[in-house]
Amino acid sequence: MGKHVLLIEDEPNIIEAIRFILSRDGWSVDTHSDGANAIERVQSMKPDLIILDVMLPNKSGYDILRDLRDDALTAKLPVLMLTARGQTKDRELAERLGVNEFITKPFSNSDILASVRALAGAG
Amino acid sequence: MVTFNLLILVSLAYVIFLFAVAFFAERRAQQGVASWMRAPLIYTLSLSVYCTAWTFYGAVGYATRSGLEFVTIYLGPTLVMIGWWWILRKLVRIGRTHRITSIADLISSRFGKSTALGVCVTAFAVIGTTPYIALQLQSVTLSFDAFNGTGRADEQGLQYTAFWIATGLAIFTVIFGTRNLDANERHHGVVMAIAVEAVVKLAALVAVGIFVVWGLGGGPMATMAKIDASPMANLELQTSRWIGITFTAAAAFLCLPRMFQVMVVENADERHLGTASWAFPLYMMLMSLFVIPIAVIGLDLMPAGANPDLFVLTLPLSQGREDLAMLAFLGGFSAATSMVIVAAIALSTMVSNHIVMPIWLSTQKDGATVSGDVRHVLLRSRRISIIAILFLGYVYYRLSGGGAALAAIGLISFAGVAQFLPAMLGGIFWRGATRVGALAGLSAGFIIWMYTMLLPSIGVNGVFPEAWMQGGPADLHWLRPRALFGIEGLDPVVHAVFWSLTLNTAAFVIGSMLSFPSPLERLQGAQFVNVFDHSTGPRGWTHSGAATEDLMMMAQRILGPDEAQTLFHAEALGQGKGAVLPDPSPEFIDRLERELAGSVGGATAHAMISQIVGGASVSVQDLMAVADEAAQIMEYSNQLEAKSTELQRTAGQLRDANEKLTALSVQKDAFLSQISHELRTPMTSIRSFSEILRDGANLTRPERAKYSDIIHAEAIRLTRLLDNLLDLSVLENGQIDLQLQSGTLGQVLDRALASSGAATENLRITRDPDGDDIALETDLDRLTQVFINLITNAAKYCTADAPHLQIRITQDGPVSQIDFLDNGAGIPQASQSLIFEKFSRLSDQAAAGSAGLGLAICREIMSKLGGEVRYLDGTGGTAFRVRLPTGTQIAAAAE
Repeated sequence: MGKHVLLIEDEPNIIEAIRFILSRDGWSVDTHSDGANAIERVQSMKPDLIILDVMLPNKSGYDILRDLRDDALTAKLPVLMLTARGQTKDRELAERLGVNEFITKPFSNSDILASVRALAGAG
Repeated sequence: MVTFNLLILVSLAYVIFLFAVAFFAERRAQQGVASWMRAPLIYTLSLSVYCTAWTFYGAVGYATRSGLEFVTIYLGPTLVMIGWWWILRKLVRIGRTHRITSIADLISSRFGKSTALGVCVTAFAVIGTTPYIALQLQSVTLSFDAFNGTGRADEQGLQYTAFWIATGLAIFTVIFGTRNLDANERHHGVVMAIAVEAVVKLAALVAVGIFVVWGLGGGPMATMAKIDASPMANLELQTSRWIGITFTAAAAFLCLPRMFQVMVVENADERHLGTASWAFPLYMMLMSLFVIPIAVIGLDLMPAGANPDLFVLTLPLSQGREDLAMLAFLGGFSAATSMVIVAAIALSTMVSNHIVMPIWLSTQKDGATVSGDVRHVLLRSRRISIIAILFLGYVYYRLSGGGAALAAIGLISFAGVAQFLPAMLGGIFWRGATRVGALAGLSAGFIIWMYTMLLPSIGVNGVFPEAWMQGGPADLHWLRPRALFGIEGLDPVVHAVFWSLTLNTAAFVIGSMLSFPSPLERLQGAQFVNVFDHSTGPRGWTHSGAATEDLMMMAQRILGPDEAQTLFHAEALGQGKGAVLPDPSPEFIDRLERELAGSVGGATAHAMISQIVGGASVSVQDLMAVADEAAQIMEYSNQLEAKSTELQRTAGQLRDANEKLTALSVQKDAFLSQISHELRTPMTSIRSFSEILRDGANLTRPERAKYSDIIHAEAIRLTRLLDNLLDLSVLENGQIDLQLQSGTLGQVLDRALASSGAATENLRITRDPDGDDIALETDLDRLTQVFINLITNAAKYCTADAPHLQIRITQDGPVSQIDFLDNGAGIPQASQSLIFEKFSRLSDQAAAGSAGLGLAICREIMSKLGGEVRYLDGTGGTAFRVRLPTGTQIAAAAE
């Protein structure tokens, strides 16, 4: 255990909730709340897994995911995507861009935990 | 001594004889047994109407004055008959095909049935022929006078004689020429009488010639010697006059109304031209054979001062040969009468068809439906025209003084009618010729001709004062009638012919090139120029099996192969002919015409069918109907085009509407997506924290309290969001009912500040009391809502260390302005237009938990209240201005 998760999310209450859930399970959670500089943050932190919101200020989660996949260093990094826009086409776009898991808000805590465990184990 | 009365008696007897000939010929023609009357010889003899009293008497006079120059008058027509035979053939073909009744009809038909041209040509022809008729009157008068013994009657007596001759000729012509109305304007009787007269005048002239050469001159050899010895042999020929007059005579031969009448209108068979082309020159040669001998011996034997124009008559008289003189008199009488009759008939036809009929028809409201009426009007107008034309000739005779040489008068006439030449030849050989060009050319030519030739001929000081002739009008030298444009030294005749025909042709060509022909003109032009392609030869169309095949081919082109074959096959079966083509029975042709009419229009169908079946020519009426149909079809296609443009426009509008709908749909998708996001976000927190609380384990009390607070706050956020959405929806759909109340601006601001309450505890608010008294009559609750929104926005988003909001009221005319200014960072210019849109939140404001609907709601409310809310740029902080019309009474209260 003791793996690093980077949570990129701009809603403070949601950050609070996810941090609580994962910390209790033994993960170390870092957060970043802006689309801008998110890539640099990933590169410097080298997390084992990223939880990525779609609607971020300045740069969307889709654009961040595309940049991650384009970079050889982060191409295989597990990414769990969260979105409040639950339409089918959003999920399809995310899968085309190479997302590992796609979860629609509002989520159940156990779902998040199970997905994070599965992705980190696979990674 | 032949008495005057005997002379009149002989003349009358001769006229009655001619009348009998004409009557007889007419009768035979009606019975259809007079094929010999249509012989080429009769046609050739009728052409001799060219040889008038001018040639009969005048040629001798001409020869005594100018020697051989008189030959030009014969040379011109000879050249036409031999060299321009093909022009005549074309004229005759056109005349027959298009049922042309006169030269005016030819020119007006060619240029689109132009009434103006018809009138023009008719008027010019009348004017041009008048001197010629005067010439006949003069010669007959002189010949009567010559018999009267003295040869020098007083002037009054001559005029008296001329008047009675004119009257007699008028009666004679009316009886001859308007006895009946033939559809083709053919006068078999008249032609026959003229042929007889041609024989009489030739016989008379030859008889006098023989008498002169053998009886007086002592045989041919002695006569030749006398000719050589006479001063006439030394008369030099002026080349310019020789060429000019030959050309004028040739042109006049083609254009003279009477020549057109006998040559084209009275022509029964095109092939007669072939005979005439050698026989008529021969006739003219015989007519001119003895001119020089008579002139030379006349000069020799007659006393000095005797009029050489009358030698033909006076030579036999002086020798006591009254029988021969009587024959010569009858010859001259024949020459004069034949010319006057034919010319008067031709002119009266033109006057009645081109001047009287158009006027009469235009005065008939219902159109000429009763043919008897038309016939009556036509006949009467022709009779009156004939009388008027002869009267005009008499007037000209009186005006010109009756003293001029016959040849000089004849040349004036020739040059006048020669003006028709460019329009006529251009019309039948040049498809580019137009009505405008023809009118311009004719007018130009005739004006010059009248100015340089006709008017100066009417005596010294007759029309133009002598000073004018010498110095030009108003001393404009270049306008002298005998030296136009400063060209001096030319013979007057050559001068006039040269200028009139040159300017005529130039105006015709230039006018044609600068104008566009109407559709009918174009059709007629093609028909005339290509007459040999469109009409059948003299043998006529014989019905043959080919007709059905031609009909079939035409029907296939118009109806399409399948339909045409079905039609023909059905007809063949009906006729019991099985698989072969049907006979072109009248019933079938009628049916086919109806079928074709459905496709191409009735007139076109009729014209096409008659072209194939009847070999009949297409008449002008047919062509006009075709042109009308073409115009209708064009009109229809124009309408179609307009409709298609309209359709295109409609399609464009539909496309625009569709694009708008698509855009709206995209907007709606985006809106729903936004709402989904805004609703799910607080729900996510609520769900997640409620699950944490439910699981319960290992939560500290502060944690438990904190998470409960979050759930509570997010629930409130959710409720507010739903409230705002509903509010906006109501406002946008215009379903809102404004609750009008009275109050003051100060009261509303107080309420708003009180309601903002807790939210604004960190915000320092200052208010300027100015304008608090402004009275309002509006929905105070909604206005309060706007103020609350702006105040809480300042509280939420003002990033200053010591947030401060300043509220002040100003007046802009009838509008009150309430400004909300804080000391925050302000809003970047690029975002200022966005903040009033739904869900527009600047990125760093997410924390404030707003859905971005507040300003959108404010904007909707203010618009409903008749005012507006907008961002105020350049205040240093964030600033909003609410504008509300409060009227001038409020402005007064504000002070």
